[in-house]
Amino acid sequence: MIRLPLVLVFSALLFSAGVYGVLARRNAVMVLMAIELMLNAVNVNLVGFSAQLRDVGPQVFTLFVIAVAAAEVGIGLALVILLFRNRASINVDEVNLLKW
Amino acid sequence: MTAQEYAFLVVATIGSIAAIAVVTARNVVHAALYLVVALLSVGVTFLLLGAEFVGWVQILIYVGAIVILFLFGLMLTKAPIGRDTLDNQHKLLGAVVGVLVFAGLVGLITSAYPLADAETPPPTPGTSELLGRVLFEDYVLPFEAVSFLLLAALVGAIVLARKDDGEPS
Repeated sequence: MIRLPLVLVFSALLFSAGVYGVLARRNAVMVLMAIELMLNAVNVNLVGFSAQLRDVGPQVFTLFVIAVAAAEVGIGLALVILLFRNRASINVDEVNLLKW
Repeated sequence: MTAQEYAFLVVATIGSIAAIAVVTARNVVHAALYLVVALLSVGVTFLLLGAEFVGWVQILIYVGAIVILFLFGLMLTKAPIGRDTLDNQHKLLGAVVGVLVFAGLVGLITSAYPLADAETPPPTPGTSELLGRVLFEDYVLPFEAVSFLLLAALVGAIVLARKDDGEPS
């Protein structure tokens, strides 16, 4: 099987790519994609530790994370479509209604 | 190094390149397709780690459903294409933060789990039978809570995205 540090480094790279995407993208759909990358990094960590500890519990939590991610994408894309309908733009740096 | 480890290294390299391509691509549709590759490689990683059921769920839900949702989102919002319109002015700061996060995490991982000391664990059971037993014996309440969350998200998404009656389209 695979040694744990290799799995963790892969997960760290996915997470860092997600962090960069959230910070650098201005298209809201691309920000959501970067969030998906970060959630996947968490899943990789959970399954890696599940293999290391020989416990199925973390895999159950991975299923929960996948379900919550699906709900998040549904709501997020609904919000993006609503934003596009109202502002004709989905750039997150142009959304400043709640900014003071 | 076992055969699984070689396979994992290949898959992880492909997945890492795809993940970086997702956040740097100039075209939103290309980014969604790179996301497919990254999520597939995560799913194959789960299979290589012995988590059969979670691996197939990952491939079905993420590649089959979530990426399609993203493509629908892109289609309905007619996002502009081009690097200048996709990235904001904090790109350099974002890159610095991303690299620092990666360096910090790798430093933490290598100090907590040195690769030389890491032993190769035996295969983990992750069949659907075992997972279903644990899910419905120990985690029934969280499972029901997640199903309720999904229902609420479904209703919420419909309410948010539908057009109101009488509103010109």
